Amino acid sequence: MSYVKCLTCRECGNEYPVEPHHVCEFCFGPLEVSYDYDAIARDISRDTIAKGPLSMWRYWQLLPADLNKGGVDMGTGYTPLVRAKNLGRLLGLNNLYVKNDSVNPSFSFKDRVVSVATNKALEFEFEVLACASTGNLAGAVAAHGAKAGMKTMVFFPADLEKGKIIGAAIYGATLVAVDGTYDQVNRLCSELADNHRWAFVNINMRPYYAEGSKTLGYEVAEQLGWRAPDRCIVPAASGSLYTKIWKGFKEMGDVGLIEKPNTKMHLAQAAGCSPIVEAYGQGSLHVRPVKPNTIAKSLAIGNPADGFYALKTASATKGSCLAVPEPEVVEGIRLLAETEGIFTETAGGVVISALRILAKQGIIHPDEVTVAYVTGNGLKTLEAVESVVNPIHTTPDYATFQKALAAR
Amino acid sequence: MAKITKRVKFTFPQDMIKQPVTYQLGQKFKVITNIRRANVRDDMGWVVLELEGDEAEIERGLNWVTTTGVRVDSVVGDVVEG
Repeated sequence: MSYVKCLTCRECGNEYPVEPHHVCEFCFGPLEVSYDYDAIARDISRDTIAKGPLSMWRYWQLLPADLNKGGVDMGTGYTPLVRAKNLGRLLGLNNLYVKNDSVNPSFSFKDRVVSVATNKALEFEFEVLACASTGNLAGAVAAHGAKAGMKTMVFFPADLEKGKIIGAAIYGATLVAVDGTYDQVNRLCSELADNHRWAFVNINMRPYYAEGSKTLGYEVAEQLGWRAPDRCIVPAASGSLYTKIWKGFKEMGDVGLIEKPNTKMHLAQAAGCSPIVEAYGQGSLHVRPVKPNTIAKSLAIGNPADGFYALKTASATKGSCLAVPEPEVVEGIRLLAETEGIFTETAGGVVISALRILAKQGIIHPDEVTVAYVTGNGLKTLEAVESVVNPIHTTPDYATFQKALAAR
Repeated sequence: MAKITKRVKFTFPQDMIKQPVTYQLGQKFKVITNIRRANVRDDMGWVVLELEGDEAEIERGLNWVTTTGVRVDSVVGDVVEG
């Protein structure tokens, strides 16, 4: 059974049946899933959740797909919330946590959104799962498609580095290298979604797909002992993850699982692609598209679909949006690895550097419960941190080694 | 050639805000323009609209819009994700 009522336009409020639609026919605004929260509040409890699987699907009542209809659960989610004492000590924060989502089946948080999109695509009887991606999303789609027995199509600009698509190819995805720019790939995939019966996870499946990110809010609240944190730092590309984590906390409050949340939500982007931060700095709710030029490729979205809603979330929660200078992205990766033993990709580096800025500026009170979201694995962006390799060179004899060590 | 409809978003930089680009698109090309949502401010503007016409004519029209400095996107924003 499902607690979904309908799809609702975020702009004009028009309602639509639960189908593979993503845009309002009337005003072309984005559609969002609406639930019967009264029924969920009646049926869900901390006990029912505890009895569920050790995956994101333990919160199935608050998700728009039904696994009982033959769906797939690869064990996505329920990732560790690590008490970051070493990093906290360094930054002067006594209650710092890292949500380590780099240990999902395909090593990024994208498994959460794709898990929902895949199960919804199965319900709609799609045979092809597709996406346009530069890495994380491609891997998640290819892995889930393989598990679900679906054909997968992954689109990317032809000049993309080979290493980034191997993580999708290995699962047997059909790779489509498009001779063109990112903008041209965008346009092609939007057209394909309109004209083919393919489940493009972040186009015609987008209303369902985006809901998967809410589980990053649910899990943190449960792992903190059924309470929302005081502050969160979340990386942003489209801005969807950031808005959905907040939605997750709010929903848990609405259905009575936690106290009403009062979390201040901080959004982090890299300076080389920070259209949401720029709009925030100008006090505007409208994002001006930019051409991305950042080391954080997984955050390189120049025209973020949910920028407007992210800006509203920053304002509603009394949080903020901040950009991290490009050189500090790698510093953030190193800092987390050297203090907590967690190796994150560039998006995680953006988050840790943003956390450091917020702590340094005294914006975070030392005793506030603060959660930094690490959304992808460092092994995905090895080239970004190649400069850390600086071994001691020695011949295989004791004396030479001792000499080389002393010279370091 | 078959008629199609296409949903697009135009984003106007500050120096283009006062230019009647949507009107000119309909005049220069055989394309029907139907505005659904818009927002115009001092420093930028955007309009979400539906275009109707021959596929090739719409493509030519959108290429012309791009040459004016106005950005053309799908209504859902970027779809290439990390």
